Amino acid sequence: MSTSPLLALDSVTMRFGGVVAVDNLSLHVPAGSVTGLIGPNGAGKTTVFNVITGFYTPQAGNVRFRGETITGRQPHLICKAGIARTFQNIRLFGNETALQNVMIGCHVRQKSAWWMPVLCLPQAAREERAIAEKSLELLKRLDLMIYAGEKASSLPYGAQRRLEIARALATDPSLLVLDEPAAGMNPQESQALMHFIERLRTEFNLTILLIEHDMKVVMGVCDHIWVLEYGKLIADGDAQAIRNNPKVIEAYLGGEDLNSHA
Amino acid sequence: MNSVIRNRLLNVLLIAVLGLFLYWAEHNLDGYKIQILNLIAVNAILALSLNLIYGFTGMFSLGHAGFMAIGAYVSALCVLSPDQKEMMWILEEVVWPVSVIHTPFWFSVLAGGILAALFGLIIALPVLRLGGDYLGIATLGFAEIIRVLIVNATPITNGSLGIKGIPMHSTLLVNYAWLLVTLYCLIRLLNSNVGNVFKAIRDDEIAARVMGVNVFGYKVLSFCIGAFFAGIGGALMGNLLTTIDPKMFTFLLTFNVLMIVVAGGLGSITGSLLSSAIITVLLESLRAVEDPFSLAGFDVPGIPGMRMVVFSLVLLCIILYRREGLMGMREITWNALFRFIDRRKHA
Ligand SMILES: Nc1ncnc2c1ncn2[C@@H]1O[C@H](COP(=O)(O)OP(=O)(O)OP(=O)(O)O)[C@@H](O)[C@H]1O
Ligand SMILES: [Mg+2]
Repeated sequence: MSTSPLLALDSVTMRFGGVVAVDNLSLHVPAGSVTGLIGPNGAGKTTVFNVITGFYTPQAGNVRFRGETITGRQPHLICKAGIARTFQNIRLFGNETALQNVMIGCHVRQKSAWWMPVLCLPQAAREERAIAEKSLELLKRLDLMIYAGEKASSLPYGAQRRLEIARALATDPSLLVLDEPAAGMNPQESQALMHFIERLRTEFNLTILLIEHDMKVVMGVCDHIWVLEYGKLIADGDAQAIRNNPKVIEAYLGGEDLNSHA
Repeated sequence: MNSVIRNRLLNVLLIAVLGLFLYWAEHNLDGYKIQILNLIAVNAILALSLNLIYGFTGMFSLGHAGFMAIGAYVSALCVLSPDQKEMMWILEEVVWPVSVIHTPFWFSVLAGGILAALFGLIIALPVLRLGGDYLGIATLGFAEIIRVLIVNATPITNGSLGIKGIPMHSTLLVNYAWLLVTLYCLIRLLNSNVGNVFKAIRDDEIAARVMGVNVFGYKVLSFCIGAFFAGIGGALMGNLLTTIDPKMFTFLLTFNVLMIVVAGGLGSITGSLLSSAIITVLLESLRAVEDPFSLAGFDVPGIPGMRMVVFSLVLLCIILYRREGLMGMREITWNALFRFIDRRKHA
C-alpha cells in the first residue's frame, strides 16, 4: 500500500448563506485505504462529499485528486477522472432494470459515438456487447444476478444499496465514496456489509472513503478515521485513537456510546 | 429457433404485410380514407419525435409546432419550381437563393429536418439549462418566435399569404417509408446505451451527472434529434396538405401531438404508434359533432371547434384516471407477445 494521498482537501470552506457547513477542513485519503468520515448529524459530511464530487464549489480551499486540482470541475468530469459515489438516500434510475442501471454506469468509459449504433457499425455493436457482459459480470459479483431484468425501484432495500455500488463500480473508479452505506440495515446486514467493503477494496483494487453512523462498521473496517463536528475537524486517527479521544466522546455524548461497540 | 433471428424475420414479415396493405389501399380506397392513413403516418412521426424529447429524456417541450413549421416551409420552398415561386410571391419579390432552388422531394424533406435540428440547437443552448415547467414556457415562446419570423420574412416565405399548390409527392408508400426510417433510427438509438443514458436523465438527473453523464450535452442531443424528426414530420404534413400558412403552426398543433404522446404513454414507442392511429381516426370521425344536428325536435347549428372541446375532455380524463396513458412505459414486443400466447396455452 502506498502512502501518497489519492485524495486531499486543503483548507476547504463551504458556506450556505450564514451556515458554515464545512469550515477550513483539511484531510487526505491514502491510496488503497479504507478511510472513514464520521460526525454527528448535520456535521457537514455529505457536504464534503458534494464538494469532492463537484456538486458544490467551495468558497475557499482546494480538492486534489492524484495531485491534480479538481475544485469546481463538473461532476461528470470528476467521475471520468475516477471518483464514483453513492447517495445517502438511494438514487437509482428507478424505471430502468438493474442491468440498465449498471450499463449507464459503463457509459462514461464508452468510446463509440451516439450515431454509431444507429448506423449498425460493427465496432459499436462489439462495444455494446462488451458493456452488457461487463455489467452482467458486475451484477454477478455483487449477488444481484437474479435481479438483472427487474425494475430497479422494485428491488428490496439491501439489493438497491448494492446496485448503487455496482453502478458506481461500472465507472471504473479508483476512489469510491460511500454515503452511509449501512443506513437502514439490521446488525446482520451491516456485518455482511463490512465484509463486503473489505472484499471491494481487495477485489476491485479500490480506495474507499465512507461516511457512516454505525460505529461498529466504521471501527471494524476503517484504517483511518476523520471526525467532523459543526464543519470543523476535531480529531483523526485509527479506530483505537478515535474511541479514546475525549473530544470525540464529548461530541457523541448523549448519542452513540463508542465503547459499547468495542 | 433463436429468438433474435425469429424476431428479425417477423419484423420483415410485418413490413411486407404493411407494404402489401398500403399497395392495396392506394388502389382500392377512396381519397378520404387514404388521407387518413397518410395522416396516421405523419402524426406517428411527430409523436415519436416528441416522445423522444419528453417521454424518454424528460424534457417538457412545447415547441413542436415551430420545428414542424420550419420543416414544412423548407420542404415547400425546395420542391416548388422557380416559376411557381415567382408567380405566388405577390407582396414582395422572392429573394435570390430561394428563387432558384428546386430539389427532389426526398431531399427537401431531409433539408427540412436538418434545418429544424439546427434551429433546435440554437434554442437548446440557452433554454435547456432550464428545467420542468420553465422549459415548457420557453420552448412555447420560441415556437411562437419562429411563427412570427415566418410571417415577417415575406421575401422568403411569402408572409401571411402562405404557400399554395405545393406539388404533392407524399404518397402512402412514401409517408410510411419515412415512418419506418424514423422508427428504425429511434429504436436503434433508444435500445443502445445512449438510449439508457437518455432514460437515466429522465429518471434522476443528479444521479446521471454523478455517473459521468454529460447531462446538458445529451439533453441537447435528444432535443435536436427530436427537432429533426419533427421537421421531417412537418415537411410531410405540408406536402400532404399542399397548402401551408403561418396560422397552421400555432400551439394547437403542438397540443395535438402532445395529446397523442400522452395518450399513448410517455416513454413507449408502440404506445405512440397505437395512439397516433386511434386519435387520428377519432379526430376525423368526431367531425360529426361539428355538423348541425337536431335534438328532440330542436335544430342545433354546427359548432366549429366542438371536436377540440371533446378532445380536451378526453385528455383531461386520461390525466385524471390513467396518467400513464395506453401503454405506460411498456412496449409491445414479439417476445412479450409470445410469452402471452404461451401463458394462454398453458392456462
Ligand atoms: N444545499 C444546502 N443549502 C443550505 N444548507 C445546506 C445545504 N446542504 C447542507 N446544508 C447545511 O449544511 C449543514 C451540513 O449538512 P450535511 O448534509 O453535510 O450534514 P451531514 O453531516 O451529512 O448530516 P447527516 O448525518 O444528517 O447526513 C447542515 O446544517 C445543512 O442544513
Ligand atoms: Mg449526510
